[in-house]
Amino acid sequence: MLNFEYASPSSLKEATALLGASWADAQVLAGGTDLISLMKDYIESPKRVVNIKNIKELGGISSSKGGLRIGALVTFDELAANAAVRTQFPSLASAVRGVTSPQIRNMGTVGGDLCQRPRCWYYRTGNGLLGMKDGKSLVPTGENRYHAIFGEGPAYFVSPSSLGPALIALGAKAKLVSTTGTREVDIAKFFVAPANDTSREIALAPNEILTEIVIPAAATKNATYEVREKDALDWPLATASVALKMKGDAVESAQVVLGHVAATPYVATQAAEMLAGKTITEDVAEAVGKAAVAGAKPLSDNAYKVQLAKVAVKRALLEAAGKKAV
Amino acid sequence: MPSYSWPEPEKRKIIGQRISRLDGLDKSSGRAKYPSDRNPQGLLYAVLLTSPHAHAKVRSIDTSAAEKMKGVTGVRVISKPGTEIQWAGTEVAIVAATSEPLARDAVRAIKVDYEVLPHFVREEDLSKVGARAKPAGEQITGDPEAGFKDAEVTSEGTYAIPVITHCCLEPHGAVIQWEGDKVNYWPSTQAVSTVANELARNLEIPATNVRVQMEHMGGGFGSKFPADRWHIESAHLSKASGGKPVKVFLDRASELTIAGVRPSHFAKIKMGAKKDGTITAWQSESWSTGGFAGGGMAPLPYVFNKIPNFRLNHTAVSLNTGPIRAWRAPNHPQASFLTCSAFEDLAAKLNMDPITFFEKNLQFTPRPDIYKRQLAKGAEMIDWKKNWHPRGQGSGVIRRGLGLGINSWGGAGHASKARTIIHPDGSVELEIGTQDLGVGTRTVLAMIAAESFGLPMSMIKVKLGDNQYPVSGPSGGSTTVGGVSSSTRKATINALTKLFEAIAPSLNTTPDQLEAIDGRIRVIGNPDKGMSWKQACQKLGVTPINEMGENDPKKPEGLNTAGAAGVQMADVTVDTETGRVKLNRLVAVQDCGLIVNPKTAESQVLGACIMSVCAALTEERVMDPQTGRVLNADMEFYKLAGISDIGEILVHMDITPENDKRGIIGLGEPCAIGGIAAIANAVANATGVRVPQVPLIPKNVLAALHGQGRNA
Amino acid sequence: MSIKDPEAKKPGSGFSRRGFLQGVGVGGGALSTGVLENEAQAQTPANVISGETAITLQINGKPYKTTVEPRRTLLDVMRDQLDLTAAKRVCDRGTCGACTVIVDNKAMYSCTVLAIDAQGKKIETLEGIAQGRNPHPIVNAFVANDAQQCGYCTPGFVVASKAFLDRNPSPTFDQVKEGLGGNLCRCGTYVGIRKAVLEASAKLKGGR
Repeated sequence: MLNFEYASPSSLKEATALLGASWADAQVLAGGTDLISLMKDYIESPKRVVNIKNIKELGGISSSKGGLRIGALVTFDELAANAAVRTQFPSLASAVRGVTSPQIRNMGTVGGDLCQRPRCWYYRTGNGLLGMKDGKSLVPTGENRYHAIFGEGPAYFVSPSSLGPALIALGAKAKLVSTTGTREVDIAKFFVAPANDTSREIALAPNEILTEIVIPAAATKNATYEVREKDALDWPLATASVALKMKGDAVESAQVVLGHVAATPYVATQAAEMLAGKTITEDVAEAVGKAAVAGAKPLSDNAYKVQLAKVAVKRALLEAAGKKAV
Repeated sequence: MPSYSWPEPEKRKIIGQRISRLDGLDKSSGRAKYPSDRNPQGLLYAVLLTSPHAHAKVRSIDTSAAEKMKGVTGVRVISKPGTEIQWAGTEVAIVAATSEPLARDAVRAIKVDYEVLPHFVREEDLSKVGARAKPAGEQITGDPEAGFKDAEVTSEGTYAIPVITHCCLEPHGAVIQWEGDKVNYWPSTQAVSTVANELARNLEIPATNVRVQMEHMGGGFGSKFPADRWHIESAHLSKASGGKPVKVFLDRASELTIAGVRPSHFAKIKMGAKKDGTITAWQSESWSTGGFAGGGMAPLPYVFNKIPNFRLNHTAVSLNTGPIRAWRAPNHPQASFLTCSAFEDLAAKLNMDPITFFEKNLQFTPRPDIYKRQLAKGAEMIDWKKNWHPRGQGSGVIRRGLGLGINSWGGAGHASKARTIIHPDGSVELEIGTQDLGVGTRTVLAMIAAESFGLPMSMIKVKLGDNQYPVSGPSGGSTTVGGVSSSTRKATINALTKLFEAIAPSLNTTPDQLEAIDGRIRVIGNPDKGMSWKQACQKLGVTPINEMGENDPKKPEGLNTAGAAGVQMADVTVDTETGRVKLNRLVAVQDCGLIVNPKTAESQVLGACIMSVCAALTEERVMDPQTGRVLNADMEFYKLAGISDIGEILVHMDITPENDKRGIIGLGEPCAIGGIAAIANAVANATGVRVPQVPLIPKNVLAALHGQGRNA
Repeated sequence: MSIKDPEAKKPGSGFSRRGFLQGVGVGGGALSTGVLENEAQAQTPANVISGETAITLQINGKPYKTTVEPRRTLLDVMRDQLDLTAAKRVCDRGTCGACTVIVDNKAMYSCTVLAIDAQGKKIETLEGIAQGRNPHPIVNAFVANDAQQCGYCTPGFVVASKAFLDRNPSPTFDQVKEGLGGNLCRCGTYVGIRKAVLEASAKLKGGR
């Protein structure tokens, strides 16, 4: 880890003022579960680290008519323990449960989950965000078992966010604040597939801080299903989050979002549209799962993830509908 | 000459009891000081610069900027210009500084110019290996052609088990200090008595000038015998700094890249059998790598080595990857996995229960009776009759299956010397140049001494982990417990004999008429005639008794012996839609000799089972063909099973009077062998499909189930 | 050490506030412009720290004073500077749990916490949990159940178990498995650990 300047402001105003125009100037430290490791590996070497954990206004979960506001500093643990989250948004609670390390749940924050960098092993071993060598990505011709099954590149890493897919399915928005103002972004648009090594995979600018998430108050049946290699702390191979707006026993409208299958959470719009007017049965869920992965373009060694994504959608749907998933 | 033999089972007071390890509280309270916990005054921190290239020549190296940096006390070039590097992670230079961050800063300031050369790092496809293949020649026994002609059923399969690493939690390293003409050396080692010689040779100083001390160490598994290059360089850095102590421990990435691996093994195996299950022939073409030096053949066919007709071909593959080091039961887990997988596949083709099939062929093993008993016991523990079904006859998405694997190991005691000192105040010391890797050696030694003297364990002070004590062998190959227990037994009996000689006159008897029981020395057959241990020792005056004992592996005198067999059986559930394998239960039936401490012996077996679970379900070193680097040199993608991944594990030790008579047999290796095969076979049984390669991750399981394999 | 006004030029840091605000990146240029002063007034002053800085850590109820660069982790400061070596450095990337400590009543990976950020927090380490006059029952339960071999993962597991039992004094077997999912062992001591946690739970219920 290279040395850096450190600041620990107690207000958002101070914090944003301490940020810079580029990621090399300053980075935000919250839970630290990703940034510290990135700095140890010299993947990130910001000149300044701005610790935002002492900013009270970034914490807390509150319900209002507009929906559920989740402060960026809310930890995974706090999120999972929140009654509103557990009752209204089981998909979110389930996504948190997938992070099976209590230590990570105690440290990791909602904002950090959305802003963390990809786990792609080419990136993490120093080949840049896109894993390029001699102008060519190392991923398609290399070890890509954990990589994307959607997209045409050049970003083949998968979005590492645990909460992103569920939040997108629930229609959440993120609030981003800088010294010059505040903007709101649909979480679905918060994630972006970068075109080059120097851009980021999120819409946040280097001088902005993600301050909160708001989930609109719409009653949905929702669920997340995740497949990992281990029960203990491990990254998912594929996840699916679904949110169903119901009309009686039938689905009125639906959101189906896949995680860990593309450079961003993957919104399966067509598959979701198939659900309109339908009652969820095993066959319907199976068909929607199939449709969700219709556009998949697996790499040399990750065709299995297409199957996992398909099954995850099916099981998430069945779970959301209160049916036995397996 | 006194009798050294172990006391009769019914007379034992301590041996055979379930004793909690003596250093347990030190460890669970954090008081235990590992080499990496040492913080002597003035400590410097050494950090390696390693090669990012898998194959390269060092053209030039410029350390001038690093040398001038804050806190830096020394920089040494390890791979001098002209050196050809054969694997990524090779040590290129090393820096010592007053803090670790400063050393790391300086490492980054070293400029190395490499001539990058073509590398080759993947061995799974033998047809692409080219000149990296080193055929080891053909071995033929009997008449394989006739054997296959004789067969009524044949079965063929390809099986693969990848390179894995040791992933010791305490990384390889040491604290080392050059003090005048002496070197104080605190390594994390499996070889307290012998590692000094290697260090001394490299430092060109007499071995007598190296003092090695190690109370505890954080895991070795076969990888911590040598005085590693970074130890030697750190000694030089200590000297250059005027004798300040230097701490050098690998970072995790280097630990998983250069500190040792277990060789891979791949094999195409063909077997033939009669309809009744009798094997007629075996043929295998195997290949493996253990890095640049290639890799030797695992002992195939495993355990069933008396199959009448077999043909073996093996190819060693040289790769630009980190070198092998011994890994708990070298080559046996791979051999067991390959052999038992092929057996299970042939049994399935014969429509036979694999237990029946294994039983049918036990005459081809060295220990038919033992395995037969163990198969029956394992079957009982895992409820085989109830839970087993013919291969692939499960239905539904979630399917359950059972499988088995076998093991065999030597485990006779190594050369060991021990010294026992009985002080006139009655206190007892045992000095021995061995090491406790966490297997309970300290505890076993105290038990043995206490048993010999009829004393409580609290009166025995065990001193180990120091090369000033009598020489004992390195801890490898399950040789420690047999060796150190035997030397300790002899040293204690020799000391006791001296004590008897000293006090016999005062009891009006001869030394051979005395016994030490319950804290007393008394006349055999006349328990009232005697004295307390303390009184007896007081008769020594001012001179302690100081006696040696030795285990000579050529003459173990019945105290230890070799040869432990075992069987493991697994019960798994497979989600056939996701390829996720969950272990429900793993049972281990383990042959053994005299067990000194059943509590820690069982822990050994449990631990070995869990290591097998890791290798079967998640563990694999992943090499990148393009960059030539290990992609998962961390603990995130180098996946060890967590506490929720291991299912239920049951251990049955074959503690019997007959086994007791064999003396002590080392247990570290045998139980680490059969579990992978058992789990892999259980998956085949559950799904009806052989997953040819471990680990049994969804990628590999689904590839077998749905034909979605590698496109490579 | 230095605790500086953010507006002051930091020699050698190559870092200027103005560069940030203007979005032109980093430069070592002079800062004495009226524009910057005005900007500075618009901001709430915050302490920016660089280089060696004196800190005090509250560990096991005792204050530990030391000096650190901001980049030092809590784990490394404890091990290298305070001789608190129970917590171990194994993966050093927030995965294996060998460095687990309890910060403000929550188990955390000390390899992934900056020491400077741990100021003012209540830090419990194994030394505090196990080496005082009244060790937590989990410590002896690890011994009784032989929940350790080489012992290098043990401190992290004991601390994680203690934190887990603090929150859930009467766990089920499955909860134990879930609750310790953030720690890894290589020797294979999990069977003993699961028993030890349940035994300690029973002891806690019966009073120490």
